[in-house]
Amino acid sequence: MSLDPLTRRWGLIGGAIMAFTGAIGMLVSFDERILISPILSLGYLTLLLAPAIAGHMAARGKVSVLEEPEHDVAQGAQKGLVAGLIAGVFAVVFMLAVNPFDLSEFFPNINDRMFDMMTFDFGLGLGSVVLIVASALAGAAGGAIYGLDDEPREGVFRSAIWVILFSLFELVVSDVIEVDAIVDLIYARGGGLHIWSAIIIGALAWWLGVRYKGRRAELTQMAKDSEAGSRLRWSLIGVAALLVIVLPMLVGGIVNELLINVALFILMGLGLNIVVGLAGLLDLGYVAFFAVGAYGMAVLTSPLSPAFSPELNWWVALPVVMVLAAIAGVLVGTPVIRMRGDYLAIVTLGFGEIVRILILSDWLTPFLGGAQGITRIPGIPLGATSVSGTSPELFIYMTMLLVGVAAYISYRTQESRIGRAWAAMREDEDVAEAIGISTVQAKLLAFVTGAIIASFAGALFSAKVGTVFHNSFDVLVSIIILVVVIVGGMGSIRGVALGALILIGVLGGPKSQGLLGEFAEFKLLIYGAILVYMMLQRPEGLLPSVRRSRELHQEEAAQDAWLDKKGSFIEEPEASV
Amino acid sequence: MSTEVAPEPVRSRRFKFNWVDGFLWFLRVAALIAIVVGVVGSIQQFADGEGPSAAAWRDLIVSSISTGSMYGLIALGYSMVYGVLGFINFAHGEVFMSGTMVGLISATMLFENGFWDSNPWISILVVLVVAMITSTLVAVAIERVAYRPLRGAPRLIPLITSIGVSFFVQYSFAGLFGVAIRNYPPAPSQLSGNVDILGIPIAGTRLLVIGVAVVSMIGLWYFVTQTKTGSAMRAVAEDKEIAGLMGIDVDKTIVTTFAVGGAMAGVAGLLWALLFRGVDFLTGFLPGIKAFTAAVLGGIGNMPGAMLGGVLLGLFEGVGPQLVLAGLGIPAVSQLKDAVAFAALVLVLIFRPTGLLGERLGSEDRV
Repeated sequence: MSLDPLTRRWGLIGGAIMAFTGAIGMLVSFDERILISPILSLGYLTLLLAPAIAGHMAARGKVSVLEEPEHDVAQGAQKGLVAGLIAGVFAVVFMLAVNPFDLSEFFPNINDRMFDMMTFDFGLGLGSVVLIVASALAGAAGGAIYGLDDEPREGVFRSAIWVILFSLFELVVSDVIEVDAIVDLIYARGGGLHIWSAIIIGALAWWLGVRYKGRRAELTQMAKDSEAGSRLRWSLIGVAALLVIVLPMLVGGIVNELLINVALFILMGLGLNIVVGLAGLLDLGYVAFFAVGAYGMAVLTSPLSPAFSPELNWWVALPVVMVLAAIAGVLVGTPVIRMRGDYLAIVTLGFGEIVRILILSDWLTPFLGGAQGITRIPGIPLGATSVSGTSPELFIYMTMLLVGVAAYISYRTQESRIGRAWAAMREDEDVAEAIGISTVQAKLLAFVTGAIIASFAGALFSAKVGTVFHNSFDVLVSIIILVVVIVGGMGSIRGVALGALILIGVLGGPKSQGLLGEFAEFKLLIYGAILVYMMLQRPEGLLPSVRRSRELHQEEAAQDAWLDKKGSFIEEPEASV
Repeated sequence: MSTEVAPEPVRSRRFKFNWVDGFLWFLRVAALIAIVVGVVGSIQQFADGEGPSAAAWRDLIVSSISTGSMYGLIALGYSMVYGVLGFINFAHGEVFMSGTMVGLISATMLFENGFWDSNPWISILVVLVVAMITSTLVAVAIERVAYRPLRGAPRLIPLITSIGVSFFVQYSFAGLFGVAIRNYPPAPSQLSGNVDILGIPIAGTRLLVIGVAVVSMIGLWYFVTQTKTGSAMRAVAEDKEIAGLMGIDVDKTIVTTFAVGGAMAGVAGLLWALLFRGVDFLTGFLPGIKAFTAAVLGGIGNMPGAMLGGVLLGLFEGVGPQLVLAGLGIPAVSQLKDAVAFAALVLVLIFRPTGLLGERLGSEDRV
């Protein structure tokens, strides 16, 4: 049998991923998280997902836009089996190659625990065989799923996704349910779903999907209809708002803490979205404005501010901080106005670092506290009480209020005069100038609006934590906000919210843990991988704004139009993004 | 119609005064005044016998030049990729880091069996080769996986991708090697003394660093100007489409560009090890950004410019804080080294955005 080069390629990629995740210690540390007790941990899911995806991709083969893809279970399973086999053999070859040497001095994660994990605790001899078989089976399963008809395939995906979601979000689900007896029914004591509860959830997801299939199509049809669509949209917004208001009451302190982090990043994401998504200015030093907000608030409200300490009320200090941020926006914005896009990115990155270095320097220590930071920042006075990080249930509403303000600003500016000016400028600066848009004004306005929204986040942050240190403001924060915006969808408010929920809520922010504490060590690796994947496959983001996505797919749209016109069979066009 | 006048470019409003120009002029004048006052203040201090002694100044300048020549080698990679593909390869700092990290393995092994001390020159050569090969492979792999599918995408897309690649490579190395800082073995005894050049004592390692940088630069110059592959690279940088029509394999040439840039970053990786010894997975970040600054300073796409920019940036950040900021009465100036490097980038782009020796970009990138 001749080996399909695509199958070989996907098999090798799958094997390389297995070896790589093992060598960086990801498998071992994910193994601690049990998904389905006692048979499946996150580590084994990761290990076997690689050959499964390889098998799936091998079965998919080369996708042609014009031909209806073939679906054949046996053929898919066969291709997947081969790909999985190659992946397993690759992983075993890797293990056998590194096993004879003691590499722990250089590669601390290539150790006995990795070998035990990857060989299912059977020892290197028998375990290798087991790994190859398991990997081949996973590949076959992945390939077979591709071979299924549309409906069962979607069912399998839906079940798998819901089971994984339920097991990953154990903390949230059990927080919401609260009754121990029911929680024990779903989850095992040591963490993870019971086998039968996993089966029930999977079956339920499948059944509900089939049951409401027609209903969903109806809804999508309704959304297209203008009047019913707008009613539908408003009721959806109403449901979302209700959920947002009720959820913090249902969940405990830890999840609320997490939600505050998510909300802070939504806030900063909305601000950066104006600069990057609407105006098209890639700002890599956005954290500088966050720092201005946080330090401004700290100096104005804390009794321990070293040089100047007016001890203002948070509400009085907020407008002052906003003015400071606006000035910072103009100061950063003006020198970069004439620069091209990529120079702008690197210069703003430089500005962000300059701010952090200055905060830390002996020169400004008499004013900003240097490495000691500023401590004892009071909470936000609200009536008789003071809201701070110690009462996350109240603080979350404070944060949401400002998120609402920022979302309203973004929503209203998008289609306004300045919003359209930004869109024009983003698409072609020279043309925008030629039709009478003052690009100087538009760029500065974008910087200033973004800076003010970031200062909101900074002001909240310092009141929440009570202390500010220089290390909360390093370049990583800027990059992570950028990833949030890009993953969610540049220029899309819903997108930013979704991006922050997924990335900050699940993976964790730069200094905070997400729901999956196991990811902590690897979250930046995953951030990087997500960023690359999004740029290659879906540059418009998960919930794209319509205009932005059109801009990014202009070429494809032109191609589609051409195909429609032609309507006849042609050779598969070269993939071009 | 010979009388037809070419339409005036849109950007001709440069001569009409507006407040942004005013602000930029204010910045230029303020920067100049600050520099002049700072330098005068430092000279004053020196005349009064305060501040560093003459010998300390000399050491500062020598060490700045050697650090700068390392920046210059990294800057070559940025400059070449920018010249050919027109985007900032943010991940180039990580290419450099990968070279030092893997070089460390060979250095430690050689040190442990005593070869490092008995045959220092051969050992350094081995480490150099290992670092160069690693960096080259990483650079080529990055190009293949992340950048090739993005040919012709809007300019910011590859830039954002390269940020993602940079994170991915950084934290892959953190996972592979652990997060602790590791040290190269101490420089062989033959190198630890001073060498007199024209009566000026210069530390042996620093001299070696400068020497290696100069040799690599000459080698690169020969490769780019005298060989067939080199002229193919220049042709592709000038105009990809036309170069393709002339029978040049554009994809292969782009890979070569990444490989050569990676090899230079590998050399820089060895130099970093000789200068600073300590390496970890974040080693590439700051040198990477500074090297980009150096490339802009010399004029992006311009190879002698990259080297010149590197040395100048090394001097700015090494000597600048002491010369300018100390004269202004700012305490503990050495903390502000990185801030000075970034400020230099901002000032270069305000004063002379095309760099000192001028940009050399392909037709579609000259904006």
